[in-house]
Amino acid sequence: MAGLAAAFGSGAMTNSIDEIEFTEVILATGTNTTENHPIIGMKVKRAVRQQGAKLIVIDPREIALTKYADIWLRQKPGTDVAVLNGLMNVIISEKLYDKPYVEERTEGFEALAKVVEKYTPDYVERISGVPAEDLKAAARLYAKANRASILYSMGITQHISGTDNVKSVANLAMLCGNVGIEGGGVNPLRGQNNVQGACDMGCLPNVLPAYQPVGNDEARAKFEKAWGVALPATPGLTIMEMMNAAHAGDLKALYIMGENPMLSDPDLAHVEESLRNLDLLIVQDIFLSETAALADVVLPCASFAEKDGTFTNTERRVQRIRKAVEAPGEAKADWEIITALSNRMGYAMPYTSAEMIMEEINQLTPSYAGITYGRIEREGLQWPCPNTDHPGTQYLHKDRFTRGRGLFHAVEYVPPAELPDQDYPLILSTGRVLYQYHTGTMTRHSKGTTERYPENLLEIHPNDATKYGIKDGSLVKVASRRGKVKIKAAVSQRSPEGTVFMTFHFREAAANLLTNPALDPVGKIPEYKVCAVRVEAA
Amino acid sequence: MSGIKLTINGLEVEAQPGQTVLEVARDNHIYIPTLCQYPGTTNVGACRVCLVEVENARTLVASCCMPVTSGMVVRTNTERVRKAQRLIVELLWSSGDHNCLTCERNGNCELQDLVYWLKIDKPRFNIDPPGYEIEATNTMIQRDLNKCILCGRCVRACNEIQINEVLDFTMRGSEAKVGPAFDLDYIQSECVFCGECVNVCPTGALTFKQARFAGRPWEMKKVRTTCTYCGVGCQMDLNVHEGKIVSVTGNREYGTPNTGSLCVKGRFGVDFVHHQDRLKKPLLRRQKGGELTEASWDEAIDFVAERLSALKKEYGSDSIAGLSSARCTNEENYLFQKFMRAVIGSRHVDHCARL
Repeated sequence: MAGLAAAFGSGAMTNSIDEIEFTEVILATGTNTTENHPIIGMKVKRAVRQQGAKLIVIDPREIALTKYADIWLRQKPGTDVAVLNGLMNVIISEKLYDKPYVEERTEGFEALAKVVEKYTPDYVERISGVPAEDLKAAARLYAKANRASILYSMGITQHISGTDNVKSVANLAMLCGNVGIEGGGVNPLRGQNNVQGACDMGCLPNVLPAYQPVGNDEARAKFEKAWGVALPATPGLTIMEMMNAAHAGDLKALYIMGENPMLSDPDLAHVEESLRNLDLLIVQDIFLSETAALADVVLPCASFAEKDGTFTNTERRVQRIRKAVEAPGEAKADWEIITALSNRMGYAMPYTSAEMIMEEINQLTPSYAGITYGRIEREGLQWPCPNTDHPGTQYLHKDRFTRGRGLFHAVEYVPPAELPDQDYPLILSTGRVLYQYHTGTMTRHSKGTTERYPENLLEIHPNDATKYGIKDGSLVKVASRRGKVKIKAAVSQRSPEGTVFMTFHFREAAANLLTNPALDPVGKIPEYKVCAVRVEAA
Repeated sequence: MSGIKLTINGLEVEAQPGQTVLEVARDNHIYIPTLCQYPGTTNVGACRVCLVEVENARTLVASCCMPVTSGMVVRTNTERVRKAQRLIVELLWSSGDHNCLTCERNGNCELQDLVYWLKIDKPRFNIDPPGYEIEATNTMIQRDLNKCILCGRCVRACNEIQINEVLDFTMRGSEAKVGPAFDLDYIQSECVFCGECVNVCPTGALTFKQARFAGRPWEMKKVRTTCTYCGVGCQMDLNVHEGKIVSVTGNREYGTPNTGSLCVKGRFGVDFVHHQDRLKKPLLRRQKGGELTEASWDEAIDFVAERLSALKKEYGSDSIAGLSSARCTNEENYLFQKFMRAVIGSRHVDHCARL
């Protein structure tokens, strides 16, 4: 998101889900869409099968979308910047870029052109393994389209070069005039129901709601007036930094609402030590998660079906959730718990409904100012929606980028933090499967999803399996410098030779015991997609 | 674009080129029954219940597949049409095991509705169901091919709406049936359990297994909500009976972003709500190293408020951090950061966007 904010001035999906079905070219990179956003995957497949769209997939794994792709570039994990620079090298050297758009709407083109100059198709092939001819074909296909949409997810962001990867994606889209038009755009597909909303609402250490920086005096003054308190003016710690601070003893208390870092964070042994080192751990959840089991206080909360409120989807659309059933036992909605706690601590929170909170959000969050419960009763509204007469915004950066001109960033390829060596000869990449979700708190308590995917599997190439004496379905040990797990092997050609894949859904074989906590320096996102491991028969 | 003029049941109507007789009739609130026709999929004219009379046509025609032409004279309600429709529906009825007494679709079945609308007492043919075993090998979808009328909606939903390309017709004639390749059960096939086939099935051939005996269609309260899983934000109905979510259904009328389609998580991943292991009371660890034991809300809130205040006093606001959640609502996320910043005075608030 930091990458998009730097390039465009706004870190969100630029276009809308419905547009994906009706564009000319779709470039999907680092997104296993059919499993992680199945309804968007459905639209991509319909675009290809029914609307004549062309599909380019850039992914090391043979994901389902490759079956629908016209061109599949299978790069080595972590070489995304090289591939994207290579595409731009071809587009610039063959003069296929949108010159008027670049001149009128962007800045920084010269620096970009200079950097990508050396990323010739042959050079890129040596780094990434993508055949030069395929790279050229993909570049031409993307550049020649009148409208082309780029889709990406965690395969782009979960690298130490995540922010650079995103900037490269933004470069490519701007180079071909694809930002600010219907059917185009740079579209990060958010993996969690309300991750967009949690960011919009200021649950980030550097910004208040609607991305108003905590360091901005005017913005802070507005909130200080509304909330009647003085607010800190400098950004706080990110999630991984909090764990380190707890480990060091600087952080004394952690209040966790609806998260499970004991499965979702990298290097779990370190996470557990950190959490145990706290004086006070408060966990609010619907089940006794791995994290809640370590807590001093566990507060039972209502699930999505037991309360009112709104979620903001990946295309910035704010939609209602509605109470359908009563919460079990004495469980309460999260907002009721926060309200009770605040009142007990002497700060009055008078809310008696979720709608009352939204009314306060409307006052303080310019992009949500026009989004009221009355207006979204039947259909959600997409922010920015600055007033109650505004119809919402289908796509961003029309005629003008949020920051004025779109900014190209000259980005060099940097290899992943931990590459295979003699001791740990394989790359481990982690992700999700269709049937499970995040740390499994919900899906592993549901019958059907559990029936379809009951246990973690290590996806391993037949050649690697032969090399290490591993049979399909047999138990194997996977070890990294940080930990080891036992897991069942699934021999398949989905992952390339030299790379194994597993999900992070399962506590019994927790991928994050293995992963590397190396962070992208800007986005502070851990490198979940590449770490070095060793595999042997158990 | 110039309109095409035609008459339906004596009413002069206007249509656009390329529209079918069925579409134009519906636009003008003239009812023509259908079974195989389904929005968003190809019109195949398989079931023939949408037959109409077109003047100067040699036979009755399937209105779902008949493009309008200028000056066309259409009748949807003649005795000839009704006789043909009755024959078709009686054949469908008699070739299957349509026993509404035990059918989960009773009250929500398009075949049942059609039998009633056509005023059929009983079929004139012997009822002779094919005798397939009911497929009960998974916990999500029950398949009873004895109730299948071979309309092909599930096949088209799978191939044209969801593009999962799992279902198709196999065999021929009286042995024809629908299913995954090699006649596999769903659970053994490549099926991804999106449930689109169940949503479009007009009879009780495909039903939600966990909804069996859990409430009748007319007893169900539908609550529209947004799915709690990925970032697409699918709109869906929770079907609630006696305080329990019985099933999850899509609704095409809700429109964007999913137009009624769902995936396996939205459709079959919501029963966690009623799982016995849900947390029901606050838990407290009254001393370090001790066990978590139940507490009242008063006690728990007091404990948290006192401990947070004490730590804040001793080590300062920045010794306390908060992790909010992409699972929770906007309202809760807003309140959480307000609590951390305004009440605790801490700078440290983040959530799992990076993970």
